Amino acid sequence: MLKKVFVVAVLVVFAILLFRSYGLMDAGTRLNPVATRYAQDGPEEVGAANLVTAVIVTYRGLDTLGEVTILFLTASIIGFFLASGSHQEPRSAQGTGTSEILQTAARVITPIIFLIGIYVFINGHLTPGGGFQGGAIVASGLVLMLLANPGRKVSHTLISAVESISGISFVILGILGLILASGFLDNSILGPGRFGTLFSAGAIPVIYIFVGLKVGAELSGIVSNLQQTTKEDT
Amino acid sequence: MIPLKIIAILLGLAILVMAFVAVENKKLVVSIIAAGAVSLFASVLYLVLAAPDVAMTEAAIGSGLSTIIFFYVLNKIKKERKDHA
Amino acid sequence: MEQIDLSHIAITAGILLLLTGLWAILTQKNIIKMIIGFSLFDTGIHIIMVGVGYVRGKTAPILDEAVNLQQAAREVVDPLPQAMVLTAIVIGLGITALMLAYALRLYQKKKTLDVKNFNDLKW
Repeated sequence: MLKKVFVVAVLVVFAILLFRSYGLMDAGTRLNPVATRYAQDGPEEVGAANLVTAVIVTYRGLDTLGEVTILFLTASIIGFFLASGSHQEPRSAQGTGTSEILQTAARVITPIIFLIGIYVFINGHLTPGGGFQGGAIVASGLVLMLLANPGRKVSHTLISAVESISGISFVILGILGLILASGFLDNSILGPGRFGTLFSAGAIPVIYIFVGLKVGAELSGIVSNLQQTTKEDT
Repeated sequence: MIPLKIIAILLGLAILVMAFVAVENKKLVVSIIAAGAVSLFASVLYLVLAAPDVAMTEAAIGSGLSTIIFFYVLNKIKKERKDHA
Repeated sequence: MEQIDLSHIAITAGILLLLTGLWAILTQKNIIKMIIGFSLFDTGIHIIMVGVGYVRGKTAPILDEAVNLQQAAREVVDPLPQAMVLTAIVIGLGITALMLAYALRLYQKKKTLDVKNFNDLKW
């Protein structure tokens, strides 16, 4: 009984605090100065048509580096935590297999899903999209493959090779920006193309391709680790 | 055309109802699916708030991969419970 | 109806979703329900952040045919909260996956998902 009263009291205090700061969170009718500068100087400085991509990759590139590091840590902790002794569990004794509709449809749809994911992160600077969305779509394609035949062995060496190479390339591109241009992850190391075409915005497509591959490999690794854990005795 | 505020109010109500179902229901399967539905309505709300990037990310990650991960773990737990019983 | 703005509606929905998630974390006994509560808490915070960045009547921050290039600063919503929420959604998924891995290991050791049975660290 006391615990219920305590919980309700905590919630009421939180609600009062949040609703009291309502006035501070008001939007208004104009952009604040930082966003005005990003919107005005973004197209000339960065050259990307998608302002959110410009903010993530160039203006706030260090935050993207931190986020990529956190994802890598999470994926390796899950892989370390759920790894058990032998991976050769007899998969033929799985019970009923999957239905034929699922297997046939997965064979047709999975390449299309991978293609859509790769399209989304290559065109991240022109249309809504980018590395994170494309990586998530690629991981969903892998989930469909695993649902269609659960006994399929996903090669962990391929996933960790793709992830490591993408991560190192991302950092190398950032350091190249430090050497050849004015800052970490500066995108003027490649020339700016015509605004609005695929080869524009300097090094943003290249950076985002590596980010997309890395996020896709990590999420696929997490999903396949959670699917393939075997039972460990104590 | 229905004004955007009415759509936003309806989406907000749908989000709160599904969140209540997710917390209060006794079965775990219903809770997980209700959490996926919260993510889906939140993705449409992001679109009404003029944020297409965030809507795409939330739809792919929140209501796709997150629900799948929950179901994988639930399946493993049920399989082990059946092995021990 | 003119004083209530779209961002007010979004912020209110976000705050109530946050409180629902917090209540789930504090009162539920099943570990999986607690993890669902964390996920709802995360989603509520993201809705609040995107709602703060909304400017009345403007459009999405993508410069294509719908937005005049010279006057872009007067026609788009704030791109900064959207960039931050993008990162936060992906990290939230990583955290949920990590918590579920821990829950799976805990179940394999103790054969129960009820939080009342895990009192190894109490004095």
